[in-house]
Amino acid sequence: MNYVIIGNSVAAVGAVRGIRSIDQSGNITVISRERHVAYGRPLISYLLGGVVTEKRMAYLPEDFYEKNRVNLLLDSEVVGLDAQARKVRLAAGDTIAYDRLLIATGGDPFVPPIEGMADKERIFTFTTWDDAAKIKGVANDIGKVVVIGGGLIGLKAAEGLHLLGKQITIVELADRILSMAFDRPAGRIVAKKMKANGIEVLTEDTVVRIEGEGADITGVTLRSGDFIPCDTVVVAIGVRPACTFLKGSGIEVNRGIVVDDRMETSIKGVFAAGDVAEARDFFTGVKNPMPIWPDAYIQGDIAGASMAGGTKEYAGGIAMNSIELFKVPTISMGITNPQEPKEFEILTYLDQENYLYRKIVIKDNLLAGAVLVGAVDRAGIFAGLIRDKVDIAPFKEQLLAPDFGFVHLPKELRSTLFAPAGKVTDTGAPALAVGH
Amino acid sequence: MKRIYTLEDACIGCHLCEVACITEHSQSKDPVKAFLHEPLRPISRCTVEEWDGGIVSFSTTCRHCDEPDCMRACISGAIQKLDNGVVRVDTEQCVGCWSCVMACPYGAIQRNLTKKKANKCDLCPDRKSPACVDACPNRALVYKEGSQK
Repeated sequence: MNYVIIGNSVAAVGAVRGIRSIDQSGNITVISRERHVAYGRPLISYLLGGVVTEKRMAYLPEDFYEKNRVNLLLDSEVVGLDAQARKVRLAAGDTIAYDRLLIATGGDPFVPPIEGMADKERIFTFTTWDDAAKIKGVANDIGKVVVIGGGLIGLKAAEGLHLLGKQITIVELADRILSMAFDRPAGRIVAKKMKANGIEVLTEDTVVRIEGEGADITGVTLRSGDFIPCDTVVVAIGVRPACTFLKGSGIEVNRGIVVDDRMETSIKGVFAAGDVAEARDFFTGVKNPMPIWPDAYIQGDIAGASMAGGTKEYAGGIAMNSIELFKVPTISMGITNPQEPKEFEILTYLDQENYLYRKIVIKDNLLAGAVLVGAVDRAGIFAGLIRDKVDIAPFKEQLLAPDFGFVHLPKELRSTLFAPAGKVTDTGAPALAVGH
Repeated sequence: MKRIYTLEDACIGCHLCEVACITEHSQSKDPVKAFLHEPLRPISRCTVEEWDGGIVSFSTTCRHCDEPDCMRACISGAIQKLDNGVVRVDTEQCVGCWSCVMACPYGAIQRNLTKKKANKCDLCPDRKSPACVDACPNRALVYKEGSQK
């Protein structure tokens, strides 16, 4: 069996492990357009800021590719797919045949046309190691930066540039930063902290023109008419699934590559996972792209297992983010900002002075989402309650408590989590009968 | 693989598992020295939960999952599942992003705020059985072959 994986980030890694959990002997080829082995992509802000060295960027143990017998093709871009002949075509001209193909190419930064951007030298995107390296390469000449977009990528770029001592203004179209993950109070708390650290955050505004002469930038003009002086612009509006090479292949692409619960696309034998895929949402069942690191791993794992003949199925994607900005840790997951608040029960605790916020979103006595700012310990317990669809009615009152834990859960539930299998103590059997 | 299991009804909430864990992972491996004199005193990798004035108590710790959510969420690759089944965090590689804290459904990863590193059970690689299990006076902690749940 010939497995070919396009892309070499977290979904591809999950897929390699997924394949090898079932098939020890098939050939695996990983093709990446980047020149690096798999790296911790979210670490690029730390790399830019100088808190992580290049050596620490490697995401895998050194022997990963060898141990899993992966044929790794770096710096090779796939430009076409012939699904009939089961072959992919590389930019260099050669073709590679496959029996099972995984598309795990991730996202490409979306850069809309902005007036005045042509010929300007210092306009950057920020999604790859090389993007970070490019900015770092000219960092000495950078004084003031405007970051367009206050989402995860924009904040990451701002974080890295701030570590380098640059002056930063973030311009965000929505009414708060991280609008996808945060609700208004959480966004405001973090924005307040950023402002206290000298980062300007402008919301409900956008850049309409980049000003300057020739290659040099002198500033940007906003929709509101304001002019922000700067010499560098980072465009961090978002990413789009990197699947333009599929044109004419016959694979169904909506906002991402449409996949079923085995991560198989509309063409048999071709799979997709990670930011490029459009898989089922955990709550709504509607298919949509979910550019979330852990979810990309899970999709990759399922795709790999499916490619090797396994029977794993996707339980649906749950958005989750852990972001620490200026020593304020934040974790958000699931539905944090329901469109129809009436259908949900929402519990909140806010202590703005101390940058503490906790929000629990409940639907029909099931946990649907959580936002934790400041105190984030054991946040994963909420993730487990969401995924396992645990009835939270018996302990609803405890959910906001800073020390919420398993002790608040019904005994039969928690004892299945930590007690030895089959020795659950609620049977009345003496606990000491099970021992060393 | 061998895992640590908790027998809730046998737990008296003495927190000795936590003391033993801190001691084992300290420099001196001496409880008094570790607690009084070590500036970088470790934090416990097991957590005793209590409620109702201590009527209910039990120790929680890493399950060393077959498919670890923490590993899948880790953005730096610091968390790996070793060949012997142990889910290990490489603190040199860890960047303290707390993605593992977000993902672990057992609440079993702590934030070491002094070092800004994730902190989790390593099943005490230098011992025959984990320090917490050996220290439990009531045998409320059991170390034996079993599945993650």
